[in-house]
Amino acid sequence: MVEKAKLIEMYKCMLQIRFFEEKVFELYGQNLVPGTIHLYAGEEAVAVGVCANLHRDDYITSTHRGHGHCIAKGADLGKIMAEILGKKTGYCKGKGGSMHIADFSIGMLGATAVVGAGIPIAAGAALSIKLRGTDQVVACFFGEGASNQGTFHESLNIAAIWGLPVVFVCENNLYAMGTRQNIVMTIENIADRAVTYGIPGITVDGNEVLAVYEAASKAVNRARQGGGPTLIECKTYRQKGHSRFDPAAYRPKNEVEEWLKKDPIPRFKTKLIEIGALTQEEDEKLRHKTAAAVEEAVKFAMESPFPQQKEALEDVYVEEESASSK
Amino acid sequence: MKETTVRDALREALREEMKRDKTVFLLGEDIGRYWGGAFGVTKGLAEEFGDERVRDTPISESAIVGVGVGAAITGMHPIAEIMFGDLSALAMDQICNQAAKIRYMFGGQVKVPLVIRTPFGAGVNIASHHSQSLEAWFMHTPGLHVAVPSTPYDAKGLLKAAIRGDNPVFFVEHKLLYPVKGMIPEEDYIVPFGVADVKREGEDVTIFATLYMVHKALSAAEKLKKEGISAEVVDPRTLSPLDKLTIVKSVKKTGRIVIVTEDCKTTGVSAEIAAIVAEEAFDYLDAPIKRVAEPDTPIPFSPPLEQFVIPDEKSIINAVKETVH
Repeated sequence: MVEKAKLIEMYKCMLQIRFFEEKVFELYGQNLVPGTIHLYAGEEAVAVGVCANLHRDDYITSTHRGHGHCIAKGADLGKIMAEILGKKTGYCKGKGGSMHIADFSIGMLGATAVVGAGIPIAAGAALSIKLRGTDQVVACFFGEGASNQGTFHESLNIAAIWGLPVVFVCENNLYAMGTRQNIVMTIENIADRAVTYGIPGITVDGNEVLAVYEAASKAVNRARQGGGPTLIECKTYRQKGHSRFDPAAYRPKNEVEEWLKKDPIPRFKTKLIEIGALTQEEDEKLRHKTAAAVEEAVKFAMESPFPQQKEALEDVYVEEESASSK
Repeated sequence: MKETTVRDALREALREEMKRDKTVFLLGEDIGRYWGGAFGVTKGLAEEFGDERVRDTPISESAIVGVGVGAAITGMHPIAEIMFGDLSALAMDQICNQAAKIRYMFGGQVKVPLVIRTPFGAGVNIASHHSQSLEAWFMHTPGLHVAVPSTPYDAKGLLKAAIRGDNPVFFVEHKLLYPVKGMIPEEDYIVPFGVADVKREGEDVTIFATLYMVHKALSAAEKLKKEGISAEVVDPRTLSPLDKLTIVKSVKKTGRIVIVTEDCKTTGVSAEIAAIVAEEAFDYLDAPIKRVAEPDTPIPFSPPLEQFVIPDEKSIINAVKETVH
């Protein structure tokens, strides 16, 4: 049984992600967010259930839909928001934006916006752990769409043959942009693919945070003890469209309604109240506090300056060795 | 000083750096105990350093480079080998979107000290998928450094600099150079990136050449000397960073340039060098810039066809004569 404080911590983190994403959506509507956004709302249980098993020095890799992963790994809300708004105080000094947030100080190795490209990088971080002989692990997040990329197969195979300490976390939200899973795969469960690499594959309800937590706990412990990789498929659903302007008309109305009923946050709240870990009053307090923290992040981001234009030329290379005329 | 080959010089660099730094390791296809790499560069290293640090991989180029990227951003110094340069196409996302961009798009938070070694070049009758020279692709990618050594001295020194440096390096080897001999010091040294080498001094014309073409250019220069033409041969040694100063300085002295590269002509390395000379030394030119490069075709198999497309000494000599006269 997970202890109460940990449960509340997880619940709080899920609220943070949801409130943060709702705020990003709102700012977007006000034309304050440049470019595009891919919101994590609806999938909170996956990032939180997995990251609740990780230490600060464990690694994660993330995707274009990455805000939730960052928050779950413990990144600073203000610096994430500032990056999304393109500000100098953002995690990447405004060079990355919503799809490329990283915080190496907490093992968040960055979000890649090339679908599937983070998977070999996660395997490489796991190889690094193995060669350095530490007890760290890597959690690698990607969607079901990414499991059709060659990098998925190449990396799971390599992680399997080398027994690497990595947990592959497939967030199966049924749609790769607008393409439904059944159009591009004959199988229903991505976890079945684990068989071909000789590693454990498990499918869990990705909207049930404790189910994710328990599956991840086993996989993380296994990896930490030298048992090698695991593929965990979390069945989930994004509450918004793929990205900006996407009304997601390709999703049947009843399907959306069914999934909204399975919203991971009310489900977890009901559970917490049932087991006496949370009261209605505590919940309200928590929500109030979380909303205030998100407002604080927005304030920080809004008040931050944009980078100087000449900064576009910095950070291409580590300068030490370029003693040239370039 | 001692005499050695490019192949042995590269292996010495790998061995010395692996001894010096435990975070240096190798990964690639067939680089381990049986083959020691398709061209024998890593022969003996698995026996010396173990299979953990000389890792045979599946045939998965994208993962070879991607795993290298992941290891590089978490404290290791991986050296990935891609068996043939043409196969780098399989790993383009990891090379050009990940390794090259990670530092920049994450705001300088991290270094990517990854070296990717691969052989380019035609001349051994292995046709279109094992012979092309694609260095322009990588020279065109901000965030990458590109090394193009032509001698054992440069190969060893540049590889050591690449391994000790903090940037991702695309390290080009030319298949025909592996057995080429030259002198190297007994003691430790590096060749810094971004410093061209004037391989032969001359007064009448600058010949810019890379990789195996450096040797053809030197041989051409020797023959031209007998006809009273003094050619200076400039080897950039790295295409990124590029030592523009040395190239421009040479052109300002000679007033003429013939650019010799093995990649195809259209938007090739030679196009960039020509543009730099036109921008920065136009007033010093006494003749139009000349380029000697491969025609815009894939590399054919049949020996006479292949020999036809590879720039040869004769075409270098002819181009020089056209600029001088």
